[in-house]
Amino acid sequence: MEYEVIVGLETHAELATVTKLFCGCSTKFGSEPNTQVCPVCLGMPGVLPVMNKKAFEYALKAAIALNCKIDEFTNFDRKSYYYPDLPKNYQISQNYYNLGVDGYMDICVHDRINRVRIHNVHLEEEAGKLIHPEEAGADYSLVDFNRAGVPLLEIVSYPDMRNVDEVESYMQTLRKILLYTEVSDCKMQEGSLRFEASISLRKKGAEKLGNRVEIKNLNSMKSVLKAIEYETKRQADSLDQGETVDRETRLWDEVNEKSARMRSKEEAQDYRYFPEPDLLPVVVDGKWLDEVKVTIPELPLARKQRFIEVFKLSDYDTSLLVEEKILADFFEDCIKIVDRPKVFCNWITNDLLREVNERKLDIHHLPIRPYQLAALVEIIEKGAISSTIAREVFSEMVQTGEAPQAIIEEKKLAQISDEGLIEAVIVKVISGNPAVIEDYKKGKKNALTFLVGQVMKETKGKANPKMVNELLQRKIDA
Amino acid sequence: MRLFEYTALQIKEKIISGEIRPVDLTKQFIEQIKNIDPHVQAYLSIHEDEALKKAAQIQKKIENAENVGFLAGVPIAIKDNICTKGLHTTCASKILRNFIPPYDACVVKRLKEEDAIILGKTNLDEFAMGSSTENSGYKITRNPWNPEYVPGGSSGGSAAAVAADLSIMALGSDTGGSVRQPAALCGVVGVKPTYGRVSRFGLIAFGSSLDQIGTFTRDVKDAALLLQVIAGHDFHDSTSMPVPVPDYLREIDAGVRGLRIGIPKEYFSAGLNEDVHNALKNVLRKYEQLGANVIDISLPHTEYAVAVYYIVANAEASSNLARYDGVRYGYRASKSNGIVDMYCRTRSEGFGNEVKRRIMLGNYALSSGYYDAYYLKASRVRNLIKGDFDGAFQKVDCIICPTSPVPGFKIGERAKNPLEMYLSDIYTIPANLAGIPGISLPCGFSKEGLPIGMQILGKHFEEKKLLQIAYAFERETDFHRKKPVLKFSLTQK
Amino acid sequence: MKIGKKDIEYIAHLSRIELSETEKETFVCQLSDILSYIEKLNRLNTEAVKPMSCTVNATNVLRDDILESSLSLEEAQFNAPATKGVFFKVPKVIE
Ligand SMILES: [Zn+2]
Repeated sequence: MEYEVIVGLETHAELATVTKLFCGCSTKFGSEPNTQVCPVCLGMPGVLPVMNKKAFEYALKAAIALNCKIDEFTNFDRKSYYYPDLPKNYQISQNYYNLGVDGYMDICVHDRINRVRIHNVHLEEEAGKLIHPEEAGADYSLVDFNRAGVPLLEIVSYPDMRNVDEVESYMQTLRKILLYTEVSDCKMQEGSLRFEASISLRKKGAEKLGNRVEIKNLNSMKSVLKAIEYETKRQADSLDQGETVDRETRLWDEVNEKSARMRSKEEAQDYRYFPEPDLLPVVVDGKWLDEVKVTIPELPLARKQRFIEVFKLSDYDTSLLVEEKILADFFEDCIKIVDRPKVFCNWITNDLLREVNERKLDIHHLPIRPYQLAALVEIIEKGAISSTIAREVFSEMVQTGEAPQAIIEEKKLAQISDEGLIEAVIVKVISGNPAVIEDYKKGKKNALTFLVGQVMKETKGKANPKMVNELLQRKIDA
Repeated sequence: MRLFEYTALQIKEKIISGEIRPVDLTKQFIEQIKNIDPHVQAYLSIHEDEALKKAAQIQKKIENAENVGFLAGVPIAIKDNICTKGLHTTCASKILRNFIPPYDACVVKRLKEEDAIILGKTNLDEFAMGSSTENSGYKITRNPWNPEYVPGGSSGGSAAAVAADLSIMALGSDTGGSVRQPAALCGVVGVKPTYGRVSRFGLIAFGSSLDQIGTFTRDVKDAALLLQVIAGHDFHDSTSMPVPVPDYLREIDAGVRGLRIGIPKEYFSAGLNEDVHNALKNVLRKYEQLGANVIDISLPHTEYAVAVYYIVANAEASSNLARYDGVRYGYRASKSNGIVDMYCRTRSEGFGNEVKRRIMLGNYALSSGYYDAYYLKASRVRNLIKGDFDGAFQKVDCIICPTSPVPGFKIGERAKNPLEMYLSDIYTIPANLAGIPGISLPCGFSKEGLPIGMQILGKHFEEKKLLQIAYAFERETDFHRKKPVLKFSLTQK
Repeated sequence: MKIGKKDIEYIAHLSRIELSETEKETFVCQLSDILSYIEKLNRLNTEAVKPMSCTVNATNVLRDDILESSLSLEEAQFNAPATKGVFFKVPKVIE
C-alpha cells in the first residue's frame, strides 16, 4: 500500500534574555548545577512571578516574523502536570490566549516555495534538567534547576509537511528566522532549540488521517528526519499488516535509531489549564507593536529573493550569503561602498568562507570588516594588483588585520604597468622559447597563454595581465 | 492598666519617650506567652532570641537618640503562612514541618524596617483552609472568650493572640473571611485590605486571586497604623497596585455626617443569629445618631458567593499546592516505590483531610470536560457578584452588615460537615470575590458572652474611609475595650 | 451532580493523593454534597457575562531584563529532603 506521511512540528526555542522569565536569575548555560536558582524559580512557598519584558518582546518579535495575528490582549495560563524538573508542578504557559495565532512560514524546497501554516506562537517557562545516572541499578534521578524558568518560545505548526525535505527546510528556515530576529541563539547542542514531531499516515488519495504519533527526545535535526523515516516505515508496516496505529507519545532512541512508547505518558494528559492569577494580562497596543516591528530585519527568504532579483546573483550563491545573517549584512555593507555585487559575492562565498572554515573561526566574529574588503576590491578594480596577488593580500589582511594598501606597499606587490619593464621581460621570454613561437605562428593559439604565463612568472605575478597580453601579441605578430 | 493592654500607638509613644524599654516589654510578652499560651494555643513558634535581639537594637537606637521606625518596639505576631527568613514557616501543615524560608515576605521586611518586634508565628487552619483553626496540623486554638469555642479561622491564632494579650497586633490572611471572621469571633479589629493593596509576596498562596494579608489590632487606630506600614506597591507582586497610600491616621476622626450607609437585605435574612441581628440594629441606630443616612440596598447574587468561592479558591489552591511534592523542600514520605509513589505518599501523609478535599474539588473543577461547567461558570458569576457591589457603591459610600451569621460555634460542632463549615463565611466571601476592602470591629456581645463583629465594606482602595467610619463607631462605644476573662483550667491543655 | 468512586480515584490521582477505601467513600459523599450545592450556579444564565478571574484593573506589569542575585547552592539545597552532590535527588524517574 502507498501512504502519504503528514508531519507537524512543535518547536521550543529558548529566548536569548539575560535573566529568566519570572525572576532575575541568570540564563547562562553550563554553570554549576543549582547555582542559578532563587525562591521564585525553585517554586518555593509564597513566591510570585514577574514577567520579563525583554522575553515578552522577543516572543512578540518571533510571532510577527512568523506572520501571526497578534491579538491586543494576551494572558497566561497554568498548565498542570507532575514532573520532578517542574518546580511548581505547573508550567506558566499560554492556552486560552496565545501571543500569536494563524501565522505561516514560507519554505523553499527544490526551488519551489511552500507555505507551512503556524497554528500558534506562545511564551512559557522552561523546566529544569533531569539527569538519569548511568551507574547500573541506580534507583534515583537527579535534578538541576538552573534551566527552570528560562523563557521558552513554543511554535506549533499545522501538519502541513509531507516529506522529510519539507521538514528539513522548515527546521532550517525557522532556525534562520530565529537567528535573524536575534531572539534565540538556537544552539541545538545546548538544548536551546528543540523539535517534537507529530506523524500520521494516510492512504494515498484518502481523506482520513491516521492516528497521530508524537515523537519526543529529538536532539538534532538529523534525528528529527531519521525519526520521521523510521515512524513512516513503522506505521506503514503496521497498517499493511492490518493493525492500527495507536495515538501515543514515543521517545526517539538516538543510539538504536528507533522509537519506543513513552511509559510515563501512557495515561491521558489532563493539564487543567486555567488563567494564571499571579500575572496580569498584557495588552499590546499598536504603538508597541510598531516599535517591535521595526526591529525585525528582512528575513532570509525575502532577502534571498531580493539578492537574486536586484543583484542578479545565482541561487546557490545567495543561499550561501543568507545562510548567516552576518554574511548577508557584510555583503550589503560592502556594496554600499563599492557597487560590485558579483565581485563581493565571490569574495565572500569563496575566499571569506574558506578562511573562516580553514581557521575554524566563529562566523559571528569575522576576521575582516566590510570597508577593508571594499578597499581591496577598489584596488583590484583600478588595476593596481592582479586577482592572484589580491588573494595573497586578502589572506594577509585576514591574518594581520592590516589595510590592503599597506600590505601591498610593504610586500611590494603592486602591479607592474610600466610598458618598458614588461617589454623587457617579453623580449627575454620570446628569445627563450623559439619553439613555442613557431607553434603559435602555425596557428596554435593557446601557445600565447603559455607565454603570458611565463611573463607573469618572471614578474612574480605582478605584471598587469591585460598589458602583457596586448604587448606580447603585438611583439609576435610584428 | 497592665502593660499588655496598651495599644500599639500608646506603646510606641512610651517606648520613644523612654518610659518603657523595648527589651523589658519583649521579655514580658514572651513570659506572658509562655504562661498563657499553653491554654490558648495561639502560637506555633515563638521567636524569643530574634525578638530580644531586635528589641536590644531598638533600645540602643533610642538610647543613642537615633531615628526609629514607625512601629518601634511594638510586638507583633505573624500568621504562620507568611514567610520569615531563617524561621520556620509551616502553614500549620505537616508537609512544611521543617521548612525554613530563605527569604522574608514583603510585609515582614516592612515590619522589620519599621522596627516592629516579631514575637512568633501563629496557628491557622492548614494552608488557611478553614473557618475555625481546627484544621491545623498541629494544635487547636481556643477562643479566649470561652475555651470551648473556636476562635474562628483561618487566622484563629493571630486573632486569639491579640484578644488574649499575647501580642499587641498580628498579621493574618483573608481569602474568604479568614481575618474578619476570627476578628469578630475574638472581639478584635480585623482589616482585609483591597486586593492589590498589600503585597502577597511571601504569603503562602491558597487562592491567589482572593488572598490578601490583613491586620488584627485592639482598635481602629492601631489598624490604621499597621496598615500604613504594610500597604503599598511591591515590585515582586504583579497584582500589587501602585496606588498611593494615604496617611490613614490623619483625619481618622472625620466622622460620618452625611455618609450614605448601605444595608444589603440579603445579609439580614434567615439564618442570621438573633443576637447578631440585634447588635447590628444598634450599630445602625448609632450611625444614624451620628448623622449618617442608612439606605436599604440589594446585592442580588449574594446567595451564589459561597458556591463561586469554593470553585475559584479551590481551583487555584489545587494548583498552588501542587508544589508540595517532597522534591525541593518540606516533608517526603520515608518509603516509596518510584517517583509517582513518592508524590502520592508524601502528599497523603503530609496533608490533612480538609486540604485533600479542597485539592480534589479544585482539580475536579478544572479537569478535562468540567472546566466550562465549573471554573468558567464560577468566573462569570463572580463578575455578577462584583457587579452587585459596583452598582451598590453608586448609591452608597459603604456597606454595613454582620461579619459572621453567628457569634461563634463550639470546637467540633461543625468539623464533621464541610459544607456547613463553608457557610460560616457567607458574609465575608463576597468581598474577596469582588476584591473590595472590609473591616470587622466589635459591636456587641451574645447572650453567652461571646463578642459580635460588624463588617464595613467599601470601594476598592478606600481603606481610609472604612477606618474613619469604623472609628466613628468605636469612639462612641467601648466594646473594643472589653477583655476576656481567661477561664482556662490547666487540665484543658 | 453525583460523583462516583471512579471519579474520586481519577481526581485523587490527578491530585497525587492516595486514598484508602474508607476515605474514598467519605470523599464521594462529601464532594457530592458540595457539588450539589454548587449546582445552584446553573440557575443563572451567564451567557452574556464575561468571566472574571482577577479583580485588579491593570495590565502590562513587566520587569526589565536585569540580573539579580541567586541563592547559593547551600541555600538552594537547605530545605531539600534529599540531595546528591550539587543535585536534588529523587526516586528514579522512568520516561
Ligand atoms: Zn530565579
